[in-house]
Amino acid sequence: MTCLPTHTERKLGLVIDLDTCVGCHGCATSCKEWNTGGYSAPLSDTDPYGADPDGAWLNRIHSYEVGDGADSRTVHFPRSCLHCETPDCVTVCPTGASFKRAEDGIVLVDPDLCIGCKLCSWACAYGAREYDPSHGVMKKCTLCVDRIYNEHLAPEDRVPACVRACPTGARHFGDLGDPDSDVSKLVAERGGFDLLGAFGYKPVNKYLPPRERRDARTVATDKTPQKQKIAAPTTAIESLFSWVDRALSR
Amino acid sequence: MHPAYSVILFTTASGAGYGLLVWLGVLSAFRVLPADRWLGFTGLAISLALITVGLLASTFHLGHPERAWRAFSQWRSSWLSREGVAAVATYVPAGLLGIGWVFLERTDGIFALMGLLAAALALVTVYCTGMIYASLRTIRQWNQPLVPWIYIALALATGGLLMLALMYLFGTTRPWFSILTAALVGVALLLKQRYWATIDSEKKTWTIGDATGLGKHGQVRVLDFPHTQANFVMREMGFAVARNHAEKLRGYVRLLAFLVPGALCLITLAPSALLGTLAALLAVVAAGVGVAMERWLFFAEAEHVSMLYYGRPAA
Repeated sequence: MTCLPTHTERKLGLVIDLDTCVGCHGCATSCKEWNTGGYSAPLSDTDPYGADPDGAWLNRIHSYEVGDGADSRTVHFPRSCLHCETPDCVTVCPTGASFKRAEDGIVLVDPDLCIGCKLCSWACAYGAREYDPSHGVMKKCTLCVDRIYNEHLAPEDRVPACVRACPTGARHFGDLGDPDSDVSKLVAERGGFDLLGAFGYKPVNKYLPPRERRDARTVATDKTPQKQKIAAPTTAIESLFSWVDRALSR
Repeated sequence: MHPAYSVILFTTASGAGYGLLVWLGVLSAFRVLPADRWLGFTGLAISLALITVGLLASTFHLGHPERAWRAFSQWRSSWLSREGVAAVATYVPAGLLGIGWVFLERTDGIFALMGLLAAALALVTVYCTGMIYASLRTIRQWNQPLVPWIYIALALATGGLLMLALMYLFGTTRPWFSILTAALVGVALLLKQRYWATIDSEKKTWTIGDATGLGKHGQVRVLDFPHTQANFVMREMGFAVARNHAEKLRGYVRLLAFLVPGALCLITLAPSALLGTLAALLAVVAAGVGVAMERWLFFAEAEHVSMLYYGRPAA
């Protein structure tokens, strides 16, 4: 049913830390690997090893340069479905294939009902839905609905594949509808924000801003010498150790 | 937005078909058109053929055309579903009108009612088509209150031109209908001009800084795309037409979709029946090409907000 639920019991989503993300694309690769065998499989590619590879991805990592000159910085920016509370991608669907779950707020596409009209991808402000031409249906992030409740997996694996894969801990998963959850606390503490909040789709996923930069201008540096100067070697054995130290330090 | 040829064919052909159905229904109900079997057959056949070809074309771009019937289910929330329901519902009174007109040579009583009902449902269908686009907040150039009314005006104008040509071919001309059609073409032009002026003067609402939430840290520029090759979103939403090309194409649309057919409508008032018929037929051809270009431009000029993530500075 493409009418939106008036209330969802939980608001499962991701919190993505733009400060710690290093842009390794590990989350995107892990997402692709899991989801080509999971819900709404396959996640097809055409010409994957050729000159013009193409395919559906549910998570893509952009890299931006922000600011100018000495103040500029690189920000890696993972972008996937934000599981919005009031998204038009669900309501425009003519078949009922696109839906938002009342129990946990996850937005899904039923691959057996989708006619591949692509209208939902037009309605998404975030470019998060991608059409799979080989399968003829729309693909999107499922929040790994086939992992997070999967009792065949070890408890620590019952998180989205992207969260499990992130080597820097830049991705967090939890209930953003519960103000006492770890993710909600993290958002409150770090000033997490919505993408295009004023647009009005009420995204559930939140982004944590890059921290204030730390350099000579913002942090008072300690001018005292860090370590004692080592006295010049006086004996042959000290000279040998000194040489070994220099050689190993190269 | 990428202009899919199937969608351009669908909206122009079915728009003209529904417009013609409106005129057939209304003019037969009010006895402006005679209850002549061959006029009824030709008119309804052209109208329903255009509608059907358009509807079939719209399924060509589906990933699963065999599941198209499922699109009738979500009329409570989806304009696309409402369009499907209205489109199919229109066949019922149109078919009943056809039975009366073609087999019984009657367009009065219940058949007049069917004509008016078919006309009303045809207008509802075209309104739904317009609202599919107008309801998308992600595309500023489509999310305009004028959009469904332009769809309706163009359907009535192109349908009116087809009606005019049929009236000349069947020798049932009415001078006031030539003037009415020319006036409709004029109204459609005014609406379209107003639309272009609005989308040109409106300030763009969203920036790449809003999209990424990084605007407060400074100017945001793309350093790297997610992948080396273009993806579905970039191809589907990233299509853009150069500003000077768009300006040139708007000129052709003004000429072919509006000025030429409008002028030809007035030429049909000339005393020669042959000249009138030729002018009416030429007007149909010019408007067909012009409205197809108008529809192409409607897509090509539309900018999707998701392109901000791929480096478009504002949308």
